[in-house]
Amino acid sequence: MNPPLTQTHALAPIAGPDTPAADPRDGEPLGEGRRGFKGVITAVRVQKASPGLDPAELERRLLEMGFVEGARVEILHEGFIRRDPICVSVDERRVALRRCDAGGVFVRPETAR
Amino acid sequence: MLRPVRVALVGNPNSGKTAMFNALTGSRQKVANYAGVTVERKEGRLTAASGRAISILDLPGTYSLRARSPDEIVTRDEVLGRLAGEAPPDVVVCVADATNLRLVLRLALELKAVGRPAVLALNMIDIAERQGLRIDVDALSAELGMPVVGTVATRRKGVAELVGQIEAQAHLASATSIDTWREPTAAEIRALHREAERMLKACVRPPERPDTWTGRLDDVLLHPVAGIAILLAVLFLMFQAVFTGAKPVMDLITAGFNMLSGAVGAALPPGLLRSLICDGVIAGVGSVVVFLPQIMILFLFIILLEDVGYMARAAFLLDRIMGAAGLHGRTFIPLLSSFACAIPGIMATRVIDNRRDRLTTILIAPLMTCSARIPVYTLIISAFIPQRQVWGFLSLQGLVFFGLYAAGLISALAVAWVVRTLFWRGASEPFLMELPAYKAPDALNVARNVLQRAQIFLQRAGTTILSMMILIWFLASVPGKPAGAVGPAINYSFAGMIGHFIEPVLAPVGFSWQMSVALIPGMAAREVAVGALATVYAVSGGEGGVLGASLARHWSLASALAFLAWYVFAPQCASTLSVVKRETNSWRWPIVMFVYMTALAYGAAFIAYHLALAMGGG
Repeated sequence: MNPPLTQTHALAPIAGPDTPAADPRDGEPLGEGRRGFKGVITAVRVQKASPGLDPAELERRLLEMGFVEGARVEILHEGFIRRDPICVSVDERRVALRRCDAGGVFVRPETAR
Repeated sequence: MLRPVRVALVGNPNSGKTAMFNALTGSRQKVANYAGVTVERKEGRLTAASGRAISILDLPGTYSLRARSPDEIVTRDEVLGRLAGEAPPDVVVCVADATNLRLVLRLALELKAVGRPAVLALNMIDIAERQGLRIDVDALSAELGMPVVGTVATRRKGVAELVGQIEAQAHLASATSIDTWREPTAAEIRALHREAERMLKACVRPPERPDTWTGRLDDVLLHPVAGIAILLAVLFLMFQAVFTGAKPVMDLITAGFNMLSGAVGAALPPGLLRSLICDGVIAGVGSVVVFLPQIMILFLFIILLEDVGYMARAAFLLDRIMGAAGLHGRTFIPLLSSFACAIPGIMATRVIDNRRDRLTTILIAPLMTCSARIPVYTLIISAFIPQRQVWGFLSLQGLVFFGLYAAGLISALAVAWVVRTLFWRGASEPFLMELPAYKAPDALNVARNVLQRAQIFLQRAGTTILSMMILIWFLASVPGKPAGAVGPAINYSFAGMIGHFIEPVLAPVGFSWQMSVALIPGMAAREVAVGALATVYAVSGGEGGVLGASLARHWSLASALAFLAWYVFAPQCASTLSVVKRETNSWRWPIVMFVYMTALAYGAAFIAYHLALAMGGG
């Protein structure tokens, strides 16, 4: 019933007028992180949203909820069925979202480099 | 005389906006609906120290003017002055949670771009100070280009200063702004966010002692095992309170209405008028008002859990289960309310942004076992299910009762799943929800909100529901019993005729004509069927013992089980259908609901009847 979590990763990035240029070094999708993951958002680029929802619309909603480039995130909690949804701290706020909707938020671990 | 200053309150969800509204206006509030949409319009009034009247509008919480739900569209259009019949506000007050400024600063920038005079209220400034969070109010005011006031709405701190600033801004309001607003693009949202971020760095020093309680509580309350256990415990406690706590008051209300009906009955000559007033109006309104204690306790819990910040956690924990049925985690709140009564449940679907999600929730809400089914279930179960122990410790009657609850819940999720996978594929709302910091609820605010809910419910009972009741009374008492006729009068009424007419249709599910007739007054409210059965079997009163024994003589076990199965699904409540009409602004959805629920009820009763027959229950 649910799309595999890796699907967002395999899609070719499309650079729109509003989206920063694609960069393979953007890091990994937040939707694939495990509990305890700490990092910084490198890009918010939604190519795939739940069916019927415009990806550009999801991107704007994520931005409005504080998922913007440079924001510090940490995955605080995971749901009890298939570790979904996730509770993420975004800067100092806590936001709950589904992994499939977090696929367009790219993050780099805090410890790397 | 000057006309009142019009003020609109705007803010993120959980910013204490409603507490601010209460602090500003006290009890001088009026709750109504916006014309044509089912969004609540809350307006209040106050008189400033200078004597100037101020009228305040509490707008639904939002993160941006880019609207999605009906609530947010109202917020946007109100701020922009686009609502027909509504004058644009003179001053916009942006209410912010002082400990959580990042997103609201972006909203404030959006509001500023609209060009209307605005004031930023930094609410819960006491919590910010306790955390050692420092806000340079003057610098922030200069950066934003609007006055900034620190407030504690629950203790009315800073409220007078806020009113002063509103008045000062109102003098500037003469310059009418031109509506040039359009939806910001993703790039513009990013730019506004950067701007807000810069202001935050310049004017706010991060807290020295950030709130750690929320994190520590979440470790337990969102824990995959402990969190679910606590949620179930909270729900259990809530049901206990709703069903046992409300009982004495409900008995009192019933007794009160009976006394009123008796007194009026004694004062009026026998005839149609007495019947209309006693059996139609008083009994009809009484049968709905009797749910008021349950609804108030239910809303007390819901509002408390909401204010504390737990509701969002419950939605998080249940999102996956709801998601399996194609629903949003937030649907959980209306469905929960529907266990008391589907009417407040359907009214609570306003929190759901997506139209299809909301309609799906409205359609399945009446499948939740509302408390009006309990008298029917109790009557049939005690008459037909033997008092036996199963596996040594479970009561068979209790088990059947639980089974009926489970059947309602599971079929609701199944119906939602069918609707979302066959009819409305996809197009679901992303589950994107802020989990607010936990905070102690404010008793006065909670009390005020619960009373407001009660008032809204009573208004419904006084208008829509009353007219349905009178219609059903009419069907059940006109035409009257001809002289010299035998049997109860209801047999000769329109309801009796309808009952006799539909009896052949209901015969395959094992319903006798008496049962069919009882279904018609049962449309008023489910529990009325108990009284109706007493009437058709000419048993005095609806006392379970006598009526139960009489039913046990007349019905087969198979018919009784079919009747129970019917009641799990049947749209046996005209009030619910009329509320659906009201909330969806169309006859289409109550008709869809009636048709699908009747079909399910018929199917379930048919299966129950024939299974029971096959197993020797004839």
